[in-house]
Amino acid sequence: MGMAVALNYCLLIMAAPASGYTSLTAARFGAAVIAQGHILPRVFFLDGGTSNGLATAITAQDEKSPLTEWTQLATAHGTELVLCVSSAVKRGLLDSAEAQRHGFPAATAHPQFALGGLGLLVEAMQSADRVITFGAPE
Amino acid sequence: MSAAARKSVLVVTRHAQPARSLARAALDTALATAAFEQPVNLLFLGAGVLQLIPHQDSSAVGVRNLRKVIDSMPLYDVEHCYVDTDAAQRHGLTTADLPSGAILVDVAAQRALFDAHHHILGF
Repeated sequence: MGMAVALNYCLLIMAAPASGYTSLTAARFGAAVIAQGHILPRVFFLDGGTSNGLATAITAQDEKSPLTEWTQLATAHGTELVLCVSSAVKRGLLDSAEAQRHGFPAATAHPQFALGGLGLLVEAMQSADRVITFGAPE
Repeated sequence: MSAAARKSVLVVTRHAQPARSLARAALDTALATAAFEQPVNLLFLGAGVLQLIPHQDSSAVGVRNLRKVIDSMPLYDVEHCYVDTDAAQRHGLTTADLPSGAILVDVAAQRALFDAHHHILGF
């Protein structure tokens, strides 16, 4: 039996957390990848997926919060959580710089998410052995 | 970045615009990938071929006409535009309707495309 090879993963998330449980599945997949000894340097959120970074989302008490699942990945494993900036601002997800620029009193994106361009997805894809897409509807 | 490090990307787009902002996200991703000089191809699959209907005018709706963006893809080094043969037929699209240089692909050719790329992004 050969030695297990650690792979570099990248996740691309397009599902909004409030529509179904795809976000939770994706976050669990990310945690499982790391638990198996692989690495997950970056998760990129695009289109409706950027809503995962909304700081003010409230989850029912008897359900798991996708936001918590994602931020745990960042805290425990240093996974970068990047919201596509053009998809994000369209949905009202602003970091403090964008909030200031557009005249809003406060950031709406969770501080553990960064706003960034699609170049960050391209960069992650180039170093990744596997890119897994979550959340494009059937 | 060395040529050896470059990984090819197939962007698969399966939904009609303007109902889905995903269609736009797929094109943006293809353009960004090409802008960073990475090899990228587009595959219009299923209802995604409806993005290719010619002479679209979405100005009254107030959203951007994606067909113009698609037509400009070769200028930005998105290599090939592949189109699902069955879906094109089903939706009444003829070769003349498709962007210039578009390549029709049947199921076997689609399978070969999936096989030939490092990464497949499903939109």
